[in-house]
Amino acid sequence: MIDGNPAFVRGELLPAREPPAGEKGLLKLCRENFFRDWLSALLTVASLIAVLLIVHSLSPWLFNAVWNARSLNECREILNGAEGACFAVIRDRWAQLLFGFYPPTQYWRPVLAFGLMLAALAPILFPSVPRRFLLFSTVFPGLGYWLIWGGSLWLPLTAYIGLAVGGIAMRLTARLGGGIAAGLAFISALTWWLVASGPVTTALAQLLPLALATVTSREMGGFLLSIVIGVTGISLSLPLGIVLALGRRSTMPLVMMLSVVFIEFIRGVPLITLLFTASLLLNSFLPPGTNFDLILRVIIMVTLFATAYMAEVIRGGLAALPQGQHEAAEALGLDYWKAQRLVIMPQALKISIPGIVNSFIGLFKDTTLVVFIGLLDPIALSNSIRATTDWQGIYWELFIFIGGLFFLLCFGMSRYSMHLERRLKTDHR
Amino acid sequence: MEPGIDNETGRSRAGVSEEIAIRIEAMNKWYGSYHALRDINLSVKSGERIVVAGPSGSGKSTMIRCINRLEEHQSGRIFVDGIELSSDLKNIDKVRSEVGMVFQHFNLFPHLTILENCTLAPIWVRQTPRNEAIQTAMHFLEKVKIPEQAHKYPGQLSGGQQQRVAIARSLCMKPKIMLFDEPTSALDPEMIKEVLDTMVELAEEGMTMLCVTHEMAFAQAVANRVIFMDQGQIVEENNPHDFFNNPQSGRTRLFLSQILRH
Repeated sequence: MIDGNPAFVRGELLPAREPPAGEKGLLKLCRENFFRDWLSALLTVASLIAVLLIVHSLSPWLFNAVWNARSLNECREILNGAEGACFAVIRDRWAQLLFGFYPPTQYWRPVLAFGLMLAALAPILFPSVPRRFLLFSTVFPGLGYWLIWGGSLWLPLTAYIGLAVGGIAMRLTARLGGGIAAGLAFISALTWWLVASGPVTTALAQLLPLALATVTSREMGGFLLSIVIGVTGISLSLPLGIVLALGRRSTMPLVMMLSVVFIEFIRGVPLITLLFTASLLLNSFLPPGTNFDLILRVIIMVTLFATAYMAEVIRGGLAALPQGQHEAAEALGLDYWKAQRLVIMPQALKISIPGIVNSFIGLFKDTTLVVFIGLLDPIALSNSIRATTDWQGIYWELFIFIGGLFFLLCFGMSRYSMHLERRLKTDHR
Repeated sequence: MEPGIDNETGRSRAGVSEEIAIRIEAMNKWYGSYHALRDINLSVKSGERIVVAGPSGSGKSTMIRCINRLEEHQSGRIFVDGIELSSDLKNIDKVRSEVGMVFQHFNLFPHLTILENCTLAPIWVRQTPRNEAIQTAMHFLEKVKIPEQAHKYPGQLSGGQQQRVAIARSLCMKPKIMLFDEPTSALDPEMIKEVLDTMVELAEEGMTMLCVTHEMAFAQAVANRVIFMDQGQIVEENNPHDFFNNPQSGRTRLFLSQILRH
């Protein structure tokens, strides 16, 4: 209670004032982050010393590095007892680490395919790229396959025609209902691939060859192999994972059960087991005489493996969405698939970005496991390089190179995911 | 018109036709073994404004959510605009595109701008050309008085603004019936009025409306009928004047005394 003068009325707004001198700029930054109290000051100094020690002990090894030699012995002669890295091995064998035993005259083909892959990814990754370039993204898988494996261009082309056949079948039977139409489309596409595409390819190839020299899967290796398996696995596991996650949340018991069984089975088995299945057992199940490419088999297994993980990551995102979003979409008259595509998935995927990229990175690094079934991934190649008389006894330099390249690719994915999270941040919480 | 001022009995019945918009016959709903809605009978004429009141857990929301089949009823029949709601998906989609719904928590799509929220369903459900959909959306956003927010995201708007956008989003589908499920319950007191004003305006234009709300002033101002529900049943149904001044059942009197006392 205020006697006599009970009401207080402020006449004008108080002017804003500058903060005190120690509360802004570099001084504040240092104080708050490095020297908040004696413990943080001590830790700052200790960390500085640790960093300096590491740099000091590593620098001679790095700065004395030999880049020009033909064998480890030559390196040692040049170094003459001094400490130093022998990066000459990278200079000597980089092509092998990148391409495996791909014919050197054909190196331009995987390089071109890699460049085209970046071009095909651009419209998918960045919305500022005009949408019409998405057409190229759909063409790229066939083109990339043809460039890397060679053979007749008609093979991927007839495969695409199979997709077109399926699409037309779906359009024609759309009246029968979504499920039936999709089934018929699948059957007609499969029929085309199994029955018609072979003879058609042969016939067209006789008319106009359009062929590149064939390179077999056994000749491929190194980062070429890792990237082929990794990129295919990544780009297939995302859509399949979405379907599987929806299947697991389906109200139809059969669909739900199948999805759960698939996910739990694949997740419960080590990837190596699946890879061995791919390399050894799969042939016993296939009709005799079929020659199913080993890399293709590996890709299928890696994709299945990644799909199971992806489905669970996306299911987490779906579970995080409030029920109200489903209800609002339904109340507006959107059917199940439109609601999923326009309302639910964009939000669920956004929530799942960290998990999705986590799976992508894991999958990409897991491609090195193909070493166990005799494919020449970068690690396998480093072993075979060390087995030569020239480079026997070299370790660090090869692994630093391989690790560095893997790090670059994975770090790129991680940065992109952070960029994507920022770009899609619309909730303003 | 200010909600709460108008207290006359014979309110204008302008716009109410004899055409039946919604008919519910002996509808029952169970959640597991819990009997949530018991023998609901209700018929709503085109242009009628009905307020549904009742304590929480009385089944008001469940009832109006059955009308666009966000909830499934287990027995009885529901006709909306002459179409019976059954498990036939085509009928459900048809009904849903004729019935707009506004939720307690707005349920705007946070990844889309206000304008995109409003054009999504017209474009994808009604196949309206994009430009036309945008024009319609802007028209309704002007109607709810927030056209300048069209390119913002829902998260940047206040609760009251979001709810008005939600109303505009429903109106963009040009619905024949609007359902409101406690549209002001999640709002700050300052924002309730702007949403109610929008709803009053809509009522004056003759929209068929079913509102679950605790805003009794709104009920007195615009409703043709007030329905009181308790324990899954319709306990009392009357015109607003008699409902508030001369409630018949003891349960209604208790409810009214509790919400009107403070």
